[in-house]
Amino acid sequence: AVRARPPLAPVKHGAVAAAVPQTNLRRDCRWYSVSHLSVKERIDKKRTAALVGGGQKRIDAQHKRGKLTARERVELLLDPESFVESDMFVEHRCSDFGMEQDSNKVTGRTHASDLCNIMDQAMTVGAPVIGLNDSGGARIQEGVESLAGYADIFLRNVLASGVVPQISLIMGPCAGGAVYSPALTDFTFMVKDTSYLFITGPDVVKSVTNEDVTQEELGGAKTHTTVSGVAHHAFENDVEALLNMREFFNFLPLSNQDPAPIRESHDPSDRLVPSLDTIVPFETTKAYDMLDIIQTIVDERDFFEIMPNYAKNIVVGFARMNGRTVGIVGNQPKVASGCLDINSSVKGARFVRFCDAFNIPIITFVDVPGFLPGTAQEYGGIIRHGAKLLYAFAEATVPKITVITRKAYGGAYDVMSSKHLRGDVNYAWPSAEVAVMGAKGAVQIIFRGKENQAEAEAEYVEKFANPFPAAVRGFVDDIIEPSTTRKKICRDLEVLASKKQVNPWKKHANIPL
Amino acid sequence: MINRSVCRFLPQTFDKILIANRGEIACRVIKTCKKMGIKTVAVHSDVDSSAVHVKMADEAVCVGPAPTNKSYLNMDAIMDAIRATGAQAVHPGYGFLSENKEFAKRLAAEDVTFIGPDTHAIQAMGDKIESKLIAKAAQVNTIPGFDGVVKTAEEAVKIAQDIGYPVMIKASAGGGGKGMRISWNDEETREGFRFSSQEAASSFGDDRLLIEKYIDNPRHIEIQVLADKHGNALWLNERECSIQRRNQKVVEEAPSTFLDPTTRRAMGEQAVQLAKAVQYSSAGTVEFLVDSNRNFYFLEMNTRLQVEHPITECITGLDLVEQMIRVAKGYQLKHKQEDIPINGWAIESRVYAEDPYKSFGLPSIGRLSQYQEPINLSKVRVDSGIQEGSDISIYYDPMISKLVTYGATRAEALARMEDALDNYVIRGVTHNIPLLREIITHPRFISGDISTNFLPEVYPDGFKGHQLEADKRRELLASAAALYITTQLRSQKVLGSLRVPSSPIECNHWELCVELGEGHHSMEVTKSGNVYTVEVDGGKVEVSGQWNLASPLLPLTINGTDRMLQFKLRVLSKLAAELNSYMPEKVPEDTSSILRSPMPGTVVAVSVKPGDTVAEGQEICVIEAMKMQNSLTASTPQCAVHYVPHSPHSHTFIH
Repeated sequence: AVRARPPLAPVKHGAVAAAVPQTNLRRDCRWYSVSHLSVKERIDKKRTAALVGGGQKRIDAQHKRGKLTARERVELLLDPESFVESDMFVEHRCSDFGMEQDSNKVTGRTHASDLCNIMDQAMTVGAPVIGLNDSGGARIQEGVESLAGYADIFLRNVLASGVVPQISLIMGPCAGGAVYSPALTDFTFMVKDTSYLFITGPDVVKSVTNEDVTQEELGGAKTHTTVSGVAHHAFENDVEALLNMREFFNFLPLSNQDPAPIRESHDPSDRLVPSLDTIVPFETTKAYDMLDIIQTIVDERDFFEIMPNYAKNIVVGFARMNGRTVGIVGNQPKVASGCLDINSSVKGARFVRFCDAFNIPIITFVDVPGFLPGTAQEYGGIIRHGAKLLYAFAEATVPKITVITRKAYGGAYDVMSSKHLRGDVNYAWPSAEVAVMGAKGAVQIIFRGKENQAEAEAEYVEKFANPFPAAVRGFVDDIIEPSTTRKKICRDLEVLASKKQVNPWKKHANIPL
Repeated sequence: MINRSVCRFLPQTFDKILIANRGEIACRVIKTCKKMGIKTVAVHSDVDSSAVHVKMADEAVCVGPAPTNKSYLNMDAIMDAIRATGAQAVHPGYGFLSENKEFAKRLAAEDVTFIGPDTHAIQAMGDKIESKLIAKAAQVNTIPGFDGVVKTAEEAVKIAQDIGYPVMIKASAGGGGKGMRISWNDEETREGFRFSSQEAASSFGDDRLLIEKYIDNPRHIEIQVLADKHGNALWLNERECSIQRRNQKVVEEAPSTFLDPTTRRAMGEQAVQLAKAVQYSSAGTVEFLVDSNRNFYFLEMNTRLQVEHPITECITGLDLVEQMIRVAKGYQLKHKQEDIPINGWAIESRVYAEDPYKSFGLPSIGRLSQYQEPINLSKVRVDSGIQEGSDISIYYDPMISKLVTYGATRAEALARMEDALDNYVIRGVTHNIPLLREIITHPRFISGDISTNFLPEVYPDGFKGHQLEADKRRELLASAAALYITTQLRSQKVLGSLRVPSSPIECNHWELCVELGEGHHSMEVTKSGNVYTVEVDGGKVEVSGQWNLASPLLPLTINGTDRMLQFKLRVLSKLAAELNSYMPEKVPEDTSSILRSPMPGTVVAVSVKPGDTVAEGQEICVIEAMKMQNSLTASTPQCAVHYVPHSPHSHTFIH
């Protein structure tokens, strides 16, 4: 699938060379030298040995654990023959300790330097970086050298951030310092049941806090994709993960210098979607599934959702419109009425910033009743975190198209890619209600203690619970028939393809972290 | 004004008709009204506020919340709607208030025309016991049985014993097969009595029952009659409705392969005798059971438009709704018996949102995320009341549509049906198209060798899906492979200006693996021009087509034959398949101690309480969905109940 694109530079955490146990190689080498093989023959032998990796026994052991070897992973991720392993002949320096060598551990300076070389190269040519992580953490025996190795990688991650897309696929334990590399990359995907991410494992947790917790509970795929929000997606197994990675990769541009890719599309850009005319329920309190809207509008119902199981009150992910990659952000009325809270704000903000960094237009579907009230949210810093989403939308200079499907209340209206934050095209469906708050709440405040609340409520609905007040002020560009939404967005994206907008010069902005 | 000019050749009937129904039948009636230049009023529940019938009608009135007894059965609200809109007549469709004499009376009291028979006919025929007496008097063949009210289970058992097993038990007031249970012994009779009386009470507010001799291996053949208010009555030939599951019709056809002209005439004449005996007017259906010797017995008369009326319309050329409206206005029938033809053959498949792999169809619910009817095909009629984006809810019948095909011969109609089913796109709910397609292509069905026991006889272990023959399997696998490669090649086609020039690797040979059911099939694919040649399972298949990757329908030419495909198969490259074999099987959670309702519904009765110990097979609770009550029983012996549901709508619990 990625054949037509320039070769990506894979970061092979635990490059395959790592798999060659020093002892065997040495013995082989010795043997070669006594046999007086030609240099070419020796190179060939070594290449074969490197390809076999840690030997059939180790390969079998890895398979037994339900995992693939590093080489198999890389082969599956990339098209056959499109991948030339770099530094195949680099030998592992640290096997003298007699440690069990896993074929895919990031275990030391040598490998860190491999990684750094590759990442430097990726940044130079502008190619995405995909890391396949399967590492037990720093090797104590290597001492400070391994810490330095980590830091070298972290620095590369930070420097590459926003320059080339960086994706981490966690395919085994990834503990200790090693976790910060995936944390610094744009997307972290995990494999269910075989991958873990934690700062310290269950044993250390037990000794320090006396908590009993399993690896899975502490840092398994489920924990990180539903509770912590550390990972963006979880897949059933190595094969699923790698195949999905290929699909995902097809959405991304190569670097911040490249436009969002446009794939040949068979889905007519002017396709009408009649089902959207009835999707928003008549009763404003009734929920519907924002995913239904997204799937019918985008090309071929193909939507790659990011963090589908975390902060589900906001939906984010990638799709294509007339072949062009777009980022989709939508409030999800089905979950917590689609309100914005700490987690959903952070989830949305990070996604919006990724899109902005990599020239991916953002389409926002708004049905938001407001920010979630309460002490939990206030103590947790909803002001600070909510500001992140506001900040992200405001600073984004990529094409921004907004569709208000129903509620757009209060500050949350402002936040959700409103006209005021330089939204390029802001549409409202006839069911839209752009207002400071809902009718009931508003009337209770305005007419506190007065009678005829019902009457006042009806008047409020008539006056404010519709798209007109916003439309007459130019805060929405048009009130559109929902069925025409796809057609309109596709057309707008064509026009906005040449959008150029530059923020004032700064060393870097200061998002409220 | 426009309406008037359109209908200047049609007699003046009504200005405005209210349709007291929903879904496909409401849409069906509105279509004829439009043709006749009559304004229409739809009624709807709140969840139906944007339903198709509401959009089609000129006016719409909300008559209450979703449950049918609060909306579509809510006579007060419907009477208000009639007054508010000034409708002169009401078409009740089928079900709901269509055979409700109380409703007909209330309409008459307000001088609103009921488009259907007179109250006395509804009353006479609506009561299964009375109808049999009248039928007997009119010299119509009837089934031996008990004509009376059954009060207790023991009384039911005695009656059943007198008639002799097997017997059939059902609600007197109910129409169709709903609530009908067959009993082979005393125990089943008691259970049948309990369920049927409960269902009768919940659906009709009338818990009287009917018990009669059950005719084994019968055919269900019905005669459409049409009568006016001037004593004229016609029979419009028969409909063969033997293909049923749980006594509900699935596939119907007209005419029947089984009837000879003599039997047809005899049945038709008896049906007309019965209609005349009750001074019937409007369209009605006289249902018969026909045994293998072509003896026929009167079953019941449905005093309404029948679900499967379109097939009669196809072979006779009459619009039954139009005829009903004319008759209601008081016109005489235009036709004589000798004017009624049998032109060709028509087949109807009832497309349901249900899982055909569970008892030939348990209701499923959901949103029709994609929906495309095969109406682009010729001689195909689809009567539906839903569209893409519609919800199939637990409140109403799970029927998606009636798919009707016709042709000069039965074979032609059947071939069209196969085509139409292949071209039907339904996503978002489980549907019964696999079963329908299996029925209409089954040798027994094709030969006309059917009875109401067709499904249980042909699939004694339940419907397991289509069993592919080797060559068909190869074709399917080859198509999947070709589709996969097309998709992969498409991903290379990145448009726009790429910084790095795009130079797709020219490749025209692939090794793939397709997963189908439990099996994995390796294949080699070569592409030359637009044609994929696939070697799989020892055979070679050539596939070509116009690949539209956005369309749910895939028209392909496979080995020279045009086929329409819709499928979802997993295709892996050879490498991925090899590596996939190392992936561990994930063991699904053990749920044997959890009793899960087979379908969404409302808990209407709970027979146990927490702490109870139940035996295997013991009833835990009763779920009602789409008017069907289902008893859920314990599946493991000797277990303790931990939790029972409290609220309606909850449908999982642990014991």
